[in-house]
Amino acid sequence: MAKSNKPIFWGPFAAGGTITAFVTPVLVLLTLFAALGFVPSLLTYEHLHAFAANWLGKLVIFGVILLSLWHAAHRLRVTVHDLGVRADGMVAIVVYFIASLGTVATLFYLLRI
Amino acid sequence: MSERQIQLEVLRYNPETDSEPRFQTYSVPCLNEWVVLDALNYVKDNLDTTLSYRWSCHMAVCGSCGMMVNGEPKLACKAFIHEYGDQIRVEPLANFPIERDLVTVVEDFIAKLASVKPYLIPKEDKPVSAGEFKQTPAQLLTFKQYTLCINCMLCYAACPQYGLVPEFIGPAAIALAHRYNQDSRDGGRDERQEVIASHEGVWECSFVGACSEVCPKHVDPAGALQQVKVASTIDWYKEHLMPWVKK
Repeated sequence: MAKSNKPIFWGPFAAGGTITAFVTPVLVLLTLFAALGFVPSLLTYEHLHAFAANWLGKLVIFGVILLSLWHAAHRLRVTVHDLGVRADGMVAIVVYFIASLGTVATLFYLLRI
Repeated sequence: MSERQIQLEVLRYNPETDSEPRFQTYSVPCLNEWVVLDALNYVKDNLDTTLSYRWSCHMAVCGSCGMMVNGEPKLACKAFIHEYGDQIRVEPLANFPIERDLVTVVEDFIAKLASVKPYLIPKEDKPVSAGEFKQTPAQLLTFKQYTLCINCMLCYAACPQYGLVPEFIGPAAIALAHRYNQDSRDGGRDERQEVIASHEGVWECSFVGACSEVCPKHVDPAGALQQVKVASTIDWYKEHLMPWVKK
């Protein structure tokens, strides 16, 4: 049996899973706080804008979003397969397309800052 | 001792006379402390001698009485009657072909188990006179949990991936391969990786986790498979990005 090349895909998937488990819930919570009008000084618009303007900040934001989207797309594809939907090719195209769209949009908006 | 009349719905199938499986219901007077296996033995001894099923130890050690109890993979000797209502449905393990009644065809699992070489392949051959291979408690701890597998195949019956992709090597076999890979005395990982790191190996696992939920010995095969994925991924990056690094 030939060794699989799956690790190319699984590596980012696992990294995305770790981020989704540890970072995403915090981001959701902070966003909720912000929506309710509670914004700590560190997370004001000016501070976050400055963070996103720095190339290292851009890289971090891009990494978090890319890996989370890639993870979510792949997880959804596998879950749909587990639920018995046999159109894997079609499902793969749809979920990866949406993830790519989000990634390209992130790149676009980050580079505009 | 309290006694309860249980309607035991058992899947019956005789390949010589039946065109397809059917259910047969037996009314069994069960003692409260009985397990499903006791109820089946009562049927076999008192009601219907033609019923076929596998069992041996009656104490969750031999791994032969795995079956679906009310749709869940269970050891019949560990499924207590008092945890169920007055009607219990017993079927052969899911995802396996039926040989007869509750007896399944397990050759596929046996072949997969053998393919991962689940035995010690010593790093170095040393004569008996050179003494024993020593192992610290910490080294033992890295794999001890996986040695508890009794090959009952409940994890295969629970795994939706095995149901969909019969080529999948599956939870117990990969967890056992991991058990030997983790053993400080073992040097056979490269041989096992030929099977484990293939597409039909660990990469068919989608981490549903049902294997660990149904495992009667708390082996946690799902955890083992995730560790195998991480190790196989590191292997891949080493082989492709740093081919000059000797393993």
